[in-house]
Amino acid sequence: MRYLPLTDADRGAMLDAVGASSIDDLFVDVPEAARLDGPIRGLPTHAGEMAVEKHMRRLSKKNLAAADAPFFLGAGAYRHHVPASVDHIIQRGEFLTAYTPYQPEIAQGTLQMLFEFQTQVARLYGCAVANASMYDGSTACWEAVAMASRIARGKKRKVVLSDALHPHYAEVVRTMAKFTDDEIAGGAPSLTPAPDDDALIGLIDGETSCVVVQYPDVLGRLPDLARIAEAAHAAGALLIAVNTEPVALGAIQSPGELGANIVVGEGQAIGVGLQFGGPYLGLFAVRDQKHVRMMPGRLCGETVDADGKRGFVLTLSTREQHIRREKATSNICTNSGLCALAFSVHMTLLGEKGLTALAAENHRLACLAAERLAQIPGVSVLNESFFNEFTIRIGRDARDVVRKLADDGVLAGVSLGRLFPGNAELHDALLVCVTETSGEDDIDALCAALKEVLS
Amino acid sequence: MSNPNASGWKPGSPVSADSFSGPATTTGNRALMLEEPLIFETGSLDRTGVDLTFPGQMDLAGVDAAAPVRSEPSASKLGKFARKEAIGLPGLTEPETVRHYTRLSRQNYAIDLGLFPLGSCTMKHNPRLNEKVARMPGFADVHPLQPVETVRGALEVINELAFWLIELTGMHSVAMSPKAGAHGELCGILCIRAALEARGDARKVVLVPESAHGTNPATAAFAGYEIEDIPANSDGRVDFDALKSRLGPDVAGVMITNPSTLGLFERDLKAISDAVHEAGGFVYCDGANFNAIVGKVRPGDLGVDAMHINLHKTFSTPHGGGGPGSGPVVLSEALSPFAPLPYAARTADGTVHLVEEESADSFAQEHFGKTLQSFGRMTAFHGQMGMFTRALTYILSHGSDGLRQVAEDAVLNANYVLRQLEDVLHAPFAHSGPCMHEALFGDKGFAEGLSTLDLAKGLIDEGFHPMTMYFPLVVHGAMLVEPTETESKAALDQFIGALRSVAERAKAGDETLKTAPHYAPRARLDETLAARKPVLAWNGEVAPSGTPVPSEIGGQ
Repeated sequence: MRYLPLTDADRGAMLDAVGASSIDDLFVDVPEAARLDGPIRGLPTHAGEMAVEKHMRRLSKKNLAAADAPFFLGAGAYRHHVPASVDHIIQRGEFLTAYTPYQPEIAQGTLQMLFEFQTQVARLYGCAVANASMYDGSTACWEAVAMASRIARGKKRKVVLSDALHPHYAEVVRTMAKFTDDEIAGGAPSLTPAPDDDALIGLIDGETSCVVVQYPDVLGRLPDLARIAEAAHAAGALLIAVNTEPVALGAIQSPGELGANIVVGEGQAIGVGLQFGGPYLGLFAVRDQKHVRMMPGRLCGETVDADGKRGFVLTLSTREQHIRREKATSNICTNSGLCALAFSVHMTLLGEKGLTALAAENHRLACLAAERLAQIPGVSVLNESFFNEFTIRIGRDARDVVRKLADDGVLAGVSLGRLFPGNAELHDALLVCVTETSGEDDIDALCAALKEVLS
Repeated sequence: MSNPNASGWKPGSPVSADSFSGPATTTGNRALMLEEPLIFETGSLDRTGVDLTFPGQMDLAGVDAAAPVRSEPSASKLGKFARKEAIGLPGLTEPETVRHYTRLSRQNYAIDLGLFPLGSCTMKHNPRLNEKVARMPGFADVHPLQPVETVRGALEVINELAFWLIELTGMHSVAMSPKAGAHGELCGILCIRAALEARGDARKVVLVPESAHGTNPATAAFAGYEIEDIPANSDGRVDFDALKSRLGPDVAGVMITNPSTLGLFERDLKAISDAVHEAGGFVYCDGANFNAIVGKVRPGDLGVDAMHINLHKTFSTPHGGGGPGSGPVVLSEALSPFAPLPYAARTADGTVHLVEEESADSFAQEHFGKTLQSFGRMTAFHGQMGMFTRALTYILSHGSDGLRQVAEDAVLNANYVLRQLEDVLHAPFAHSGPCMHEALFGDKGFAEGLSTLDLAKGLIDEGFHPMTMYFPLVVHGAMLVEPTETESKAALDQFIGALRSVAERAKAGDETLKTAPHYAPRARLDETLAARKPVLAWNGEVAPSGTPVPSEIGGQ
């Protein structure tokens, strides 16, 4: 057992030292009736690296990796090229195997990284302050709603969700709201070329604590955030903007600039990878510093040490569960430190120049794909506006079409039937995402395969 | 105690801090300990570490060097939202980036550098095979919404891991999607609330022993419950009589940590469970410390209804500077129907199904013969897949014999630390029986003016990360030491020697502890200033050109 350094001789000497005659003496508090003897049912004894690796490789081979197919899935998880040095850095043991920086004098590496990460996210979102990350975009979205309720001090209970918020995000908010008395307004999107901002604004009233809008939305369209922000603020409500594709912000104005009070999102697209849905990286920022003490999650702040040198610490922990217990702003304890590091390293490698060029390339390819798909008989492109993801209608249940294309080795996109199973009107629509990892040849392969299936 | 360190270190004779404050250097660096400016101070808006040559633009043959085909679309689709202003994000080239983060990494303590005795956090060796497996393209490079037929292997990983988690805990089912321990607590409490609501029972109170993790009361409050504390008895265990007398028709359940944060096994858990069930409530067990009993006892046999398992602790996935974690929740039969979507389930024919909103109703009808009662969805996708592959790799590596050895060695190591130090450090519950995974000490006997914090900072100078401080709250100046099973006897002896010497200094009133650490990258940091005047982002301009801005720190 290669991970366990004690020898039997050590164990004997240590048992002597603690005054126990056998290891069972140390488990004396476990009721006799509940103790397990013998092997764990069905689990083989310990196995070497080769055997375990072989087993796991066999399982991994049963999956079709994105790199092995023309690939066009998005809907909250995006495939981008991650430079090799990102993985190299996150595998350094001093980052990989460190814990939450409770002892700042020997955790400056993690703390400075988090301070830089917070600044990168705040700037990307057009906000004053970002926290040191959360589990993922969907849970960050719920935490933002909970924060808005706290700011409304329970006097306003209505949460207005845009129809075009990612349905899984909306589902997380609805699930949690069942237990908190918040009342949720909003439904499934209608397939219109532009989002129906007027209808959303019409739902806002004096009882509204917050309005939640995805930007770009789940169909890839760009809602008019500035108008919605104005309407929300006029009613005394906060605007929560949700972004699932941070690369888009290299090409479009930030939600903070457009008036969102809280900006949350998924940071997975930068540095983290697809990983079948997790671990991902929840981003959370507030436009106005005055809301900082209401924020959930960890915050890293600048300070000085006893010699006057600049240093960093976790701060404002009086909001947190380990001090406030049942009065804490959130029960969140862990963050996504390692994913935040991956994001921050990738963002540092990109810089402003790389991010804007990457965004431009994503948009160029997505525009090309939309134009070429529109040429196929039976296909129409829905969106008036989009970044790297848009919706097409194909006149058939897109779930079947996606499965047929997968048989041909093309991963075509996310059917709206998968995302909105209860809504038959959306079932002929397919969400197509194009990033820099899909070349023009991949776009042509998608078009050819789709044409074949639809003919 | 003999000196266990061959390098000349002597317990009980610390070197004066003053003798190490040599002449200042012009850079602020000290040999291999390098100061590092912020990326905002050295990067610029026009520097980048990525080469924006995209696939299809490389002609390896070099024969026909014609420019690659690159089409331009007829129009932009960004509408009026196209970005006009700079974001203010600095870039660095690849060598600069690698150096920046490598230098930062050297200012971190990590389990790869030595014993990391944070009690209740469980810092054990991270096997690198786990990392290799998690990076296999079939796991790392698959999308959560790919057609189910193209992710059969990923579903098998979830199912295989789920199987072992159920087997090891003696429970009925497991919700895999919770993203971390505290998220798992929320999942368990919401299952309890959903089960109570399903029988029309609006109970309002959750009982939480005072030794609980701070996340427990925060979680129950977030789920809409009132919290009531349950005291500990003189042993440090939950006061069963106090708990029993509080049970009633308004109590939804109890949240109990076993083994507890005092390092003790709750002997009465089965009796507590029976009493809670009889009163119509449910038992939530915080499974953060499951590593101490894995393979030795199954919480399901003690009557637990829900328990989260921190995969990163018990089954060793890297903590990464604070996360990601992963907190699957095992459930009793009573709570299983309420588990959140999505989940993976194996059916009688042996195939693994991914059960989402789309398929949930028909699946529940067809395979369980009942309507779906899930309380909903807790997260966008299926959970922490990258942690599942690591945890399963770890379970298979250890096997049936190894997992039990893990618990036994973790408990043996903790008891060894407790007994080797109880003569020098106050151990308030040493009389309560063997400790489980962690040894608890208090600050009784320290000289006036010296605190647990000072001892911890002194331990940094000895080359160790300090233990958990001031937790659990029931012990004054608490120090919670969890060595874990991946430490050798020699490593433990060295740590025990260091802690003994610092403890002796704290008792003797050694004033130099008040300014420790003296040899760390930073001296004691001003946390009050950070909280009073929060600076949470860098607020300067980033250089527009490639000219590096002189470093504020390096220039001093």
